[in-house]
Amino acid sequence: MSDVSNGDERIKATSKFRQALMRPELGGMVGTVAVFVFFGLFAFDSGMFNSQGVMNWSVVSAQFMIIAVGACLLMIAGEFDLSVGSMIGFAGMMIAIFGVTLGWPMWIAILVTFVICVAFGALNGYIVVKTGLPSFIVTLATLFILRGFTIFIPQTLERKTIIGGIREAAEGDWLAPIFGAEIGKPIFVWLGDMGIINVFERGNRAGEPVVNGIPMLIVWALGLVIVGHFILTRTRFGNWIYAAGGDADAARNAGVPVSSVKIRMFMFTAFCATVFAVCQVMEFGSAGADRGILKEFEAIIAVVIGGALLTGGYGSVIGAALGALIFGVVQQGLFFANVESSLFRVFLGVILLAAVILNTYIRRTITGER
Amino acid sequence: MSDPIIQMKNIEKHFGSVIALAGVSVDIQAGECHCLLGDNGAGKSTFIKTMSGVHKPTKGEIVFEGKAMNFANPRDAITAGIATVHQHLGMIPLMSVSRNFFMGNEPIKKFGPIKMFDHDYANDVAMAEMRKMGINLRGPDQAVGTLSGGERQTVAIARAVHFGAKVLILDEPTSALGVRQTANVLATIDKVRKQGIAVVFITHNVRHAMAVGDRFTVLNRGKTLGTALKGEITPEELQDMMAGGQEMATLEGSLGGTV
Repeated sequence: MSDVSNGDERIKATSKFRQALMRPELGGMVGTVAVFVFFGLFAFDSGMFNSQGVMNWSVVSAQFMIIAVGACLLMIAGEFDLSVGSMIGFAGMMIAIFGVTLGWPMWIAILVTFVICVAFGALNGYIVVKTGLPSFIVTLATLFILRGFTIFIPQTLERKTIIGGIREAAEGDWLAPIFGAEIGKPIFVWLGDMGIINVFERGNRAGEPVVNGIPMLIVWALGLVIVGHFILTRTRFGNWIYAAGGDADAARNAGVPVSSVKIRMFMFTAFCATVFAVCQVMEFGSAGADRGILKEFEAIIAVVIGGALLTGGYGSVIGAALGALIFGVVQQGLFFANVESSLFRVFLGVILLAAVILNTYIRRTITGER
Repeated sequence: MSDPIIQMKNIEKHFGSVIALAGVSVDIQAGECHCLLGDNGAGKSTFIKTMSGVHKPTKGEIVFEGKAMNFANPRDAITAGIATVHQHLGMIPLMSVSRNFFMGNEPIKKFGPIKMFDHDYANDVAMAEMRKMGINLRGPDQAVGTLSGGERQTVAIARAVHFGAKVLILDEPTSALGVRQTANVLATIDKVRKQGIAVVFITHNVRHAMAVGDRFTVLNRGKTLGTALKGEITPEELQDMMAGGQEMATLEGSLGGTV
C-alpha cells in the first residue's frame, strides 16, 4: 500500500480554480456580480441605485430570501415543498380571519397562525416520511388543499376574498411590529439631514427622508439566512440535513434520525412561509386569497441558482440567499431599465436552465462521474 | 477457546410467508475473522441485519458478551459495539470524508449555550485514522465520491473501529472491487482483527474468505451447515456447500473447474 500513501499518481492535482468551482455558492456569486455590473451599466441613472431604488429591490430580494432559506434546507434534506405559495396565502388569510373577522388580539392571531401552519408543515413531512411517496406529489396535494381553504373560508365568513383592516387591528400590538415595523429611523433621518439620501422636498412630509427605515422583512431575511447557514455548516443537525438528503439509507444506518430531520425541515419551510405571510399582511394591511401564487417555484429557482442540487445532499444557504438577491435585483432592475416586464420570465427560464446544467457538472466533478 | 463475544442461537426470521432464516446458530470470538459464506438469497444479509439490530428475529436468541440482548434499532447495536459496514457502504459521496466519518456521531464543541460541530477535531481525527489504515487523503474536506471503492471501504472500516466496534460486520466488502483494492481491504481486515476486534466477513468469494478467515460458516437457503475451522476444509468443499452441492458439481464439470 506504499504507493497509496504517497498519493495516487493518476489523480491530477486540482487547480485552485477547480476547487473554487466545488463551492456551491460560486454560481450565485458570479451571478450576483454579473447582475450588478449589468444594471450598473444600463440602469445606473434610472434611480435604481439611489436610496429608494436600493430599498425597492432589497425588499423584493428579502421576500425571496425568506422562503428560499426554508426551501434550501429542505432541498438539501432531499425533499421539495410545493405548498409554500399556498401556505403564504393561507397564513395571511388566517391572520385576517382571527385578527379582523373574529377580532382576536393580533399577537394571538399571529401565534395561532404560526402553530397551524407549522402543523401543516409537520403533516406534509409526516406523510412523506411514512408513505415514502415523493414529496413533490404530497405537497402538490397540500398546494390545492390550502389554496382551496384560503378561498373557501373568507367567502363563507365574509362573502369576499380580500380582508382588509389588518393594520388597524394591529395598532398598539406588541408582536405585530416584529413583522411590520421599520427600524433605524433615526439613522435615516440623519442620513437625510446630511444630504446622503434624498428627502421629501414638499408636502406634509417635507424634510423627512424618502426611506424611513429598514423594514423588519429585511431583518427577518438576513436573520434566517445567518441562522440557516450556521445550522447547516456548523452544527451536528446540519450534518444530518446533508446526510438525510445525500443518502437516506446510509444516514439511517449510521444512526441519523432521518425521518425526524425531514419532518423538521418541512416544519421550518412552513415557518418561513408564515414569516413571509405575516410581513406581507402587515405591509399591505390586507390578506388576499390569491397571495403567494407561484412562490414555491420562485423559492426553488433561487435555491437552484444558489448551487443546490435538486436531488438533495448538496447546497448552501448563502448561495440560496444570493439566488434570491439575483432574482430581486433582476425583477426590479428590468422595471427600472424600462424593459418589458414579461421578459423577466424569459430570463428566469434561461438562468434556471443554466444553473441546473452548471450544478450537474459540479456534481459530476465532486463524485468523480458517478 | 474463550467465551464467544456474540452468539446467535437458532435464529429464525420470517417476512410474511417467506422464511428467510430457518434456525441459524453461529458464535463469534473476539479477534477472529469469521467468514459467512453463501450464494445470493441464502439469507446472509437478513442474518447480519438481525445481528446488527435492523431486524428483530422471529424466533431465537442473541447473546452478546454473555447477556441476552434485544436491540430496538441499529443505533442501540452500534452503541453496544456492533458496527456494520454495508455492501453499499453507508458513505455519502457528496459529503466530505470527515463529515462522513462522524456522521451520526458528530463531535460537539460548546460555545456558550450553542453546540457546534467541532470541525477541527473531526478533520484531525479523520486524517489520522485514515493514515493509520495506510491512506493519505488530499484533505479532510475531500468528497468521498472522489475516493476509489477500496478507499471508501477503508474509510467505513476505520470509522467503525474508531467508534469502538467490538464486532465489525463487513457485508460483501470486496464484491465490487478490483484485485489490488481487494488486497488492500483484506489487509485492512487483518489489521482490525489483530486489534482484538471480532470481524464477521460476508462474502460469496471463497478465495477472499480463505485469505483472511479463521472460521467459516456456510449459509444455504436460510440454514447453516455448520462451522469449519481454517485448515479443516478446502475451497472446493466450501464452494460446493454454498451452491448446494449436486447441481454445482455438474456445472463445474462443464466449465472445467474454473469457477
